Formats: sequence, structure tokens, C-alpha cells
Amino acid sequence: MRSKIRYVLINFVKVNYLLIGIIVGSLLLFVFVYPQGVSKWVPVPNVPFRLGLDLLGGTHLVYQADLSKSENKNDAMQGVRDVIERRVNFFGVAEPLIQISGQDRLIVELAGISDVGQAIKLIGETPFLEFKETKADTQAILEAQQKGQRLNEDPLQSTGLNGRHLKRAAVAFDQQTYQPQVSLELTDEGAKLFAEITKKNLGKIVAIYLDGVPISTPVVQSEIKDGNAVITGKFTPIESKLLATRLNSGALPVPISLVSQQTIGASLGAESLAKSLKAGIYGLILVALFMILFYRLPGVVSVIALGVYVLIVLSIYKFIPVTLTLAGIAGFILSLGMAVDANVLIFARMREELKAGKSIRASMHEGFSRAWLSVRDSHVTTLIGAFVLYTFTTSIVKGFALTLGIGVLTSLFTATVVTRTILNLISGPKMENKKRLF
Amino acid sequence: MNKIYKIMFWVSILLAASAVIVVLVFGLRLGVDFKGGSVLELEFNPSAGGGRPEIEAIQKHLSEFKDLSLTPSGANGLIIRTGELSEQDHQIILNKFKTAFPSSGLEERKFDSVGPLIGNELRNKSVTAIILVLLGVIIYIAIVFRKLSGVLPGWAMGLAAIVALVHDIVIPTGAFALLGHFYGIEISAVFVAAALTILGYSVSDTVVVFDRVRENILRGGNREAFGAVVHKSIMQTLTRSLNTTFTTLLSLIAIYLFGGESIKYFALAMIMGIFLGAYSSIFVASPLLVWWNKRYGVDG
Repeated sequence: MRSKIRYVLINFVKVNYLLIGIIVGSLLLFVFVYPQGVSKWVPVPNVPFRLGLDLLGGTHLVYQADLSKSENKNDAMQGVRDVIERRVNFFGVAEPLIQISGQDRLIVELAGISDVGQAIKLIGETPFLEFKETKADTQAILEAQQKGQRLNEDPLQSTGLNGRHLKRAAVAFDQQTYQPQVSLELTDEGAKLFAEITKKNLGKIVAIYLDGVPISTPVVQSEIKDGNAVITGKFTPIESKLLATRLNSGALPVPISLVSQQTIGASLGAESLAKSLKAGIYGLILVALFMILFYRLPGVVSVIALGVYVLIVLSIYKFIPVTLTLAGIAGFILSLGMAVDANVLIFARMREELKAGKSIRASMHEGFSRAWLSVRDSHVTTLIGAFVLYTFTTSIVKGFALTLGIGVLTSLFTATVVTRTILNLISGPKMENKKRLF
Repeated sequence: MNKIYKIMFWVSILLAASAVIVVLVFGLRLGVDFKGGSVLELEFNPSAGGGRPEIEAIQKHLSEFKDLSLTPSGANGLIIRTGELSEQDHQIILNKFKTAFPSSGLEERKFDSVGPLIGNELRNKSVTAIILVLLGVIIYIAIVFRKLSGVLPGWAMGLAAIVALVHDIVIPTGAFALLGHFYGIEISAVFVAAALTILGYSVSDTVVVFDRVRENILRGGNREAFGAVVHKSIMQTLTRSLNTTFTTLLSLIAIYLFGGESIKYFALAMIMGIFLGAYSSIFVASPLLVWWNKRYGVDG
């Protein structure tokens, strides 16, 4: 008896590597997707789903940088990015997203933030610091401007030295007048540049501009090699401290402006999440019910495959990780309906063959092989759509395209390999007289 | 070919034509993400005391802002639409509410502000995306169905699928032009996502029918008339088409009913598109194949 069981087991293992793989794999995925379910017995690290702004609440900001005056546009954008990142980190937001988009755009996403207005203020107010020098016709322009002419011309020109080269700013006081000042310490590159500028402009004005306004216009007394500069002006101590803090958290190498904002309140996000989960569960139940009612035993098998599908897809979301937005979840729910499409195609074919009087095994084989072309073609066309959507659209739609694409690829696997393995298992010779089940 | 195909084909043409007319007459109501501007959604909490103030009272307090449009939404919501609003003005408006209606339990649900430049870009990107999908599909179909070139010219199946596609997109667009005109429902970026998904889906549905046509021709040779082969193929794939459409519709109905306001109309567009996708494979793409076969086909 014992040896017989063993024999059966060994045979089963030999034949069904795939099935065992699917079962073990599904169990592992289940633990990965839903660690809370087993944490009583096995400690499993909980990798959370990454939720998008529209579900967490938060803000999506697009800034446009003015690169018209900068020579190295990539460097300038990188500088803007770094500065804003420091700013945002200073604000203490969990996992902010700050990325350059295209040539001159910066996208900032702050999730789970309560006071968006304050955040925008902090990001936007970051000062833009620039050093300017006189040019050949500075005097001429200034004189003309006195008479109300050439008003659109800038009497000074940029030196290339700007906020990017700032290492540190601090409040200082003038030794003689005790006036508050802001002292600037430049980076090595900045110091070198500053030395060149001061050497070239000995006895001339080098103006310090903040946010496009000159705040200090000192005359260069000597070449400065140590990379230290001072902004003097009519500051109160508080103003100078504020300026130093703002400069420290980053001065922008080029000016930026906010061109688009999308903000979602936290409660709306939570509501959307609850609603979309509900929609997902109802969608799953409806599809499963329909498949079982219409296709009976193979229907049950396809629902098992659908379960495996859900596990795989959710694991992929956690693993990559995919940022789940409202549209992304809609893509997932939609893919549930499409995931059974391959099974519908195959089962429809199977029924035809069964009606033609073939055995269950033979019809299964025919069903899978004949339906394959249609399954492939219909999946490829949906994938083309998802791919284009992903490549050519904005973040809201991207989430949808990604989940839809992952869904279509995964369902290709579950609806063929998983369904087939399970059907193979149950469609032994004993089944042949139970064709009603099919 | 049966008469029903001819009748339904003309019904489709009629529907598509009226959709085009509706779009031309009413125009499309584009959301802020396409045309630029700002939308502010507020929610008031009656249990905090006041609830939503009267629209006139709000208008009085916001009189310094030109062309604001105030629409109540739901029992306690308010939607404010304007041209592009700077962050400063946005905060000013919020502060006005807080000072003028301190006990209204105000909560900012959503604020979208899009510059006209970004809106334009999104529009261009959407159009590019749609054109690329169409191209991708034509190429794919042309490759997959090249073996049928004896019976049909190489372009026929791809073109028939595209005509069906256009039909599936034009009719929901017309429906949204109507919804926009009468109920103020806007077309946003999500609608484009729906349109592109419909594209993929509609083609895949047509492809399944064409696959069967190809199989029947390759197996059966040219013994039967082409029209009969196509009809047979449609009947063979009918259950599958109905079932797939049905399961997908089930998911979509779940989204429509339970998914919340912001993706409701996405689901609606998809429901129309998915239904039309299945319908057009049978009554638009297939009759076209048969007619083209008569005109250009080898076996007449």
C-alpha cells in the first residue's frame, strides 16, 4: 500500500513538474502579495504597494526653466534638479519624485502632503543668484536709459557664475559699520571663475543679482582667489539671515516658473482607493461567475488561472515597483476581463471539437493549438496600443498603459500554460464519459 | 452575403455620420488638461456648521476674479473653473473662503492648473499616439495576413480593420460631444487612454474573425464563395466575441458603478468602444472584405 502511494507520488512528480512549479510559485507569490495572511507563523517582510498621488493625495507640479541664457543646458537643468531636491528634502516629504522631463521641464511630485501651498512656496521662492559684469557699451546703455531710451537692454552681462557655484552662505557683519551682510563661499570651480572675473574686472563693477534684481553692486578692489564674496546691502539682520538660509538650501542656476499643477486632497485619494478596490473585487467576482456558469469545469480551471494571474500581476506591481494610480487600477480591472479572453478563445474551440465527436483530450489539444494564432494576434494588437500609450503620454495615462501591458503579457502565460497544465491533470480517461462538464 | 450585413453596415454609416455632425456642430468640450486653465474642487462639510454657501454669496466674495464659473457638484461640492490661475491667486481664493465662510467645513479636494503650452503639448502627443497606434496596427495586420494575397489584395484586411476602428472611435466621440453639450462632461487625458485602448481592443476583435477567415480559406481552398466563408467564420467566432465582450464589459461596469467619479466616464467611453469593437468586426470590417473581394479579388 505504502509503496503504491509512493509509486503514484513519484509518477505524479515526474509528470507534473510544471504543476508543482505553479502551485509552489503561487504560494510564494501569495505570501509576497499578502504577507499579513501568514505573518502569524512566518515572518515575511512586507513590501508595500506603491500608490500614486491620486490615491495618496498630494501634488504634481511641472516647472519650466528659462534656459535661453545658459550655454550648457544639461548642466543647468541638472543644477535646478539638485537644488529643488535639496529644497524638497528640507521640507521632509516621503519619497518625493523630482525628474527632468524633456529639455527644460522639471516634474516634482509630492505625495501625502497636507499643505501644498506652503510646499509650492518653498520650492518656488528659492532664489536665483547670479553674478553680472559690465560690457563694452554698459556706459552708453546707462546713459541712454537715463534719457528713457534702450530700456529693454541689460546694461550688464552674465559672467557664468551663478547659484550653482555656491557652497555656503552665512550671515556676517561689516567690520566697520556693523551692517549685516551675507558672506558667500564658492565651490572650487566657482572660486576659479570668480578669480578670473575679478581679475578681468579690476576697478569695475561686478553686480550680484538675486531673482533678476541687483542687490549689491560692489566695485572690484583686487583679484579674489579664495572664493569668498560678500553681499552687502541695506539688510536688517532678519533679512540677511533669511537670505542666507534661502541661499544655503540652494540658489537656482536658472529661473523657473510653475506651468502646471495638479493637486489632490488626501481624503479624495483615500476615497478613490477604497472605491477602486471595491470595483476591482466586484469585477473579479463577476468575471469568475460568468466563466464558471458558461464554461463549467474548464470555467473553474480558468478562474484558478485568473487567481494565479492576479497573484503574478500584483507581485509584479510590488516588485518593479509599479506606481498604482487610479487609471492604473482601472487598467488592472480591465485586464481581468481581457485575461480570460484567451481562455474564452480556447474553450470555444474545444467545444467545437467536442461537438464534432472528438475525445476530451483530443479536443483540448486541438483547442489550444488552433486558438493560439488568434490568442497571439489579439494580444499583440492590445500590446501595441499599451506600448504607444506608455511611450507618448503623460504620467496619468502611463500608469494605465503599464498595468494594461503587464496584464496582457501575464495573461498570455496564465491563460495558456496554467490552464493547460490543470486541464491536463483533470482530463484523464475517467473524464471521457463526463463530457457534460465541458 | 446576407441582407442583415448590408442593413447593419448602413446603420453604422448613419451612426458614424451623425457622430461626425454632432462633433462639428457642438464641438468637443475639452478638459483643462487639453486647453489649459484651472479647476478647483471644494467640498463643504455641513456637520461643521454651514455647509455649502449660496452661489451668489460666493460670487460676491470672489468678484475681483473675472470669468469664474461656479458649479455645484453633489450635495456639498463646488467646482470652480477659471482661466489659468497662479498659485498666488489660488491661495487668495482659498483664503477668501476661509475668512468669508469660516464654519463651512471647507476642504480642498482637487486643484488642477495647466498652462496653455502644456495643454497644447498634450493634445499633440495624443494625436501622435493615435496615429502611431493606427500605423502599428496596419503594419502588424499586413504582416500577419500576407498569406491571403491570392484571395484579397494585401491591404484589404488592414484597411477593413482600420475602417472598423475609426467607426469604433468616432461614435463614442460623438456621444461625448453630446454629453459635453448637454451635461458638461469634459474630454480629458483619460479619454484618450480609453480611445487608444478601444483601438487595440477593436483590432484584436477584428483580427480574431479574420484569423478564422484565413484558416477557413487556407483549409478549404476556394471551393466556397468568399461571402459564405466570411459568414461561416463570423458564426464560428460569434460565441467567443460575445463572451469576451461580455467579460470585459463586466469589469468595466464594475468600474463604472463603483470606481468613483473620476474614472466613471473613462469606463463609459470604454463600454461604448468595447461594444462597438465587437459589433464592427462583424458588421463593418467583414462586409467590407466581401465587397473588396468582389471588386479586386482573384476569385471574383
